[in-house]
Amino acid sequence: MALKDRVPMQEQNPEIRITNFDEVALGYTEEEALIEASRCLQCPNPTCINGCPVNIDIKTFIGLLQKEKFTEGYYKIKEKNNFPAMTGRVCPQESQCEASCVLAKTGKPIAIGRLERFLADREMYKPQSQAVAKANHIPIACVGTGPSSLAAAADMAKKGYEVHLFEALHLPGGVLSYGIPEFRLPKKIVNHEIMLLTDLGVFLHTDVIVGKTYTLDQLLHEFRSVFLGTGAGAPVLLNIPGENLNGIYTANEFLIRVNLMRAYRFPEFDTPIKKGKNVVVVGAGNVAMDSARTARRLGANVTIVYRRSRTEMPARAEEIHHAEEEGIEMKLLTNPLAFNGKNGWVESVEVISMELGAPDERGRRRPVPIKGSNYIIPCDEVITAIGTTPNPILKYSVPNLEVTEHGNIVVDDHCQTNIPNVFAGGDIVTGAATVIEALGAGKKASLFMDKAINGEIIS
Amino acid sequence: MFEIREKILLAPQIWKINVYAPHIGSAYKPGNFVIVLPHEQGERIPLTVFEADKESITIVFQEIGKSTKYLGKLNVGDRIPDIMGPTGHPFPNENFGHVVLVGGGVGAATAVPLAKHLHSNGNHVTAILGARNKELVLFEKELGDFCNEVIVTTDDGSYGRKGVVTVPLHELLERNRIDMVLAIGPAVMMKAVAETTKPFNVKTMVSLNSIMVCGTGMCGACRVGYGDKTVLTCIEGPELDGHKVDWDTLLARLKMYKDEEAMSLSLFEKED
Repeated sequence: MALKDRVPMQEQNPEIRITNFDEVALGYTEEEALIEASRCLQCPNPTCINGCPVNIDIKTFIGLLQKEKFTEGYYKIKEKNNFPAMTGRVCPQESQCEASCVLAKTGKPIAIGRLERFLADREMYKPQSQAVAKANHIPIACVGTGPSSLAAAADMAKKGYEVHLFEALHLPGGVLSYGIPEFRLPKKIVNHEIMLLTDLGVFLHTDVIVGKTYTLDQLLHEFRSVFLGTGAGAPVLLNIPGENLNGIYTANEFLIRVNLMRAYRFPEFDTPIKKGKNVVVVGAGNVAMDSARTARRLGANVTIVYRRSRTEMPARAEEIHHAEEEGIEMKLLTNPLAFNGKNGWVESVEVISMELGAPDERGRRRPVPIKGSNYIIPCDEVITAIGTTPNPILKYSVPNLEVTEHGNIVVDDHCQTNIPNVFAGGDIVTGAATVIEALGAGKKASLFMDKAINGEIIS
Repeated sequence: MFEIREKILLAPQIWKINVYAPHIGSAYKPGNFVIVLPHEQGERIPLTVFEADKESITIVFQEIGKSTKYLGKLNVGDRIPDIMGPTGHPFPNENFGHVVLVGGGVGAATAVPLAKHLHSNGNHVTAILGARNKELVLFEKELGDFCNEVIVTTDDGSYGRKGVVTVPLHELLERNRIDMVLAIGPAVMMKAVAETTKPFNVKTMVSLNSIMVCGTGMCGACRVGYGDKTVLTCIEGPELDGHKVDWDTLLARLKMYKDEEAMSLSLFEKED
C-alpha cells in the first residue's frame, strides 16, 4: 500500500528566512525518511537509476534505508557519488532521477534527493571507511576544484593514484563554494565533503592558477595525466550603456563577495558589499534566483527582469517558488536597454517590454521588443546573471589546446583533449550545466584516464 | 602559508616585505601582480611585485586601509595565509625605442621591474618620479640603474623639481621623439598623463589599479570601459592603453566602497 503523496520536508518560514543565511530546507527526520522510503516499490527493473547522471544504485540504497540500514545505504550511494550531502541538496532531481521514478506516472515520485541527503547528513560526520586500492604512486593532477575535478580526484584516489588538486582561489569547491549560497548549500557541508576527499590521500594546492603559476607543460612534466575541470566561470556582460556604473555587479562578483568572502558578515569579515534598497536582477536562471534571494537577505526589495516568459525560465521550479515566497517580484518579457546614473552611481534601468515571436533554432520562441514600450525602473543596485563562459586564461597560456569558438575545450569520446595525457570534463567542455552532470563528467574522465595510463586506450 | 623573511620600512607607512614563495617567484614576469589575503577573515587585495627570484617575491605596499595596515603589522617569521599568482598579463618583450616611465607615489615600486624589463629589451628609458615630498621619493637609485635619466618631482619642492609629473613630461614630449609613455601611480595621475600625451599622439600605457576580488577573470569587479568595449583589468591588464580607458567611470568605481573602507579601518584602529 503505497502512499500517494511524498512526505513534505520542513522549511524555514519565508518571513524568518529572509532575515538570515541559514539553510531553507531543513531535511527529513528519521521518521519522515522511513515513511518516504516506504513508498519505494523496489521495482524489479528500476528506471530511476538511469535518470541519475552517475547511476547511483537508488533502488538498493532506498531498500537499505527501508530496513534502517543507514550506514550501508550511505556507502551504497558513495560507491557512485562521493558527495551525496551536496548533490542531495542541489541536483535538479525533478528532471533527473525523480523524473524516471515509476511513481511519477501516477502521482508523486519518491523524494530520492531528500533521502540521499538524509543518509549523508546522518553518516558523513562519522569515521569513514572507504575502500581504496593499494597506492600505485602514479601522480595525476586535477585542475580546478569544482564538481568535475572533485569527482575525478575521488575516483582516481580510490583507484590508488596519487592525486593533486589545483585551485586558483584560496578555498576549494568551485561553484559549490563561491556560487551556490549558504541558504541552499551550507559551506560546512562543502568543506566536510572535501575534507573526506583529502582523507583519501588527495593533495590540495590552493592559490595556484594553472596557466600562470604553473604552465600546463610543467604539470605534464610532473604528472602522468592532467584533468582540466576549470568550469565556465567568466561572466557574460550585457554590453549596454552604463554597465560600468557603481552599484552594478555581475552575479559572479556579488555571489563571490557574499559566499566566498562572507561579505554579509562585514565588518566582521573584511570584504564589503553594497546593500541596495531596490535591486534589479537581470536573468532567470538558478544564478539569478540565488542572486535575488541573497540580495533579499541583505535587506533589499528585489525585482527580477527577464526577456522571455515564465515557461522559458531556466531556473528550477523550486527555486522560482522559493524566490516568490520570499517576496521577489518578477517582471517577465522585459529586457534592459541601458543603465542610467548620477555621480557615477546607478539610479535606474531603462527596459522595454517584449513579446514572443517565432521559435528559434532551439525551439524557444524568440523575444521581440514591442516598439515604444520603454519605461524606467528606479534602482540603486543591479546584478546581471545572464550566463558565464569559459575563462580565457588556459586558452591564452596553452595556445595549442583545441577549443571551440566559444572557448570550450574539445574532447573525444574518451574525454581526451588534443594534447596527449590531458583530459577535460564539466562546464569547460559542455558550457554551464549542472553540478551532477559535472560530477558525471569527472567520473567518466577518470575511467578513461585510468584506462589510458594502463595502455587500454592509445591517445 | 607564506612566511615573511624580511621587512623594511622605506618611508612613513610604506613597507617592503620579502615572502617565501618559490612557485610564484619562479613564474613571475614583469607586469604581473599577486592577490593577497592578509588573514583568514580578510579580503583579497591586489599588490604589485617589486622583485622576484626562485625562492621568494618582494612586495611593496603603502598602509592605506585595514588590509594594508594589518599587513604592515606583520613581522619577520609571520605567515600570510594566501598569496595567489602571479596573475595579470606580462608586459611585452619589445624594443619600443624611447620610453618615458612615469612613477607616482608607491607606483614607483612597480616602475622599477618595468624599467629593468624595458632596459633589458634595449629601450632608451627616461624616468619621471613623482612624490608628495622628499621623504616619499622611492627607488630613485634603483630606477637610475636601468634608466638613461631620472627626473624627480615633489609637490612641495622639498626635493628635485617642484610640481607634478606632467610638467617635465610635457617638456620631454615637446623636445624629443618619444615612442611610448608608461605611467604607474594613482589613477588621477595616470589620467593626467594620458591627457598630456594625447595631443602628441604618443602611445600611452597605464598600469591600472582597479578594485579586484578574484584576480582570475571570474568576477568582473575590475572591469573598465575601454574604447567601445569593457575589459577586465586582471585578464587584459594591468597595463592598458591610457587613451582608451574610461577614466571618469574608473575613478568613480575606485570610490565605490569608501564608506565601508573607512568603517573597517576605524574599527581596526579602535581594536588596537
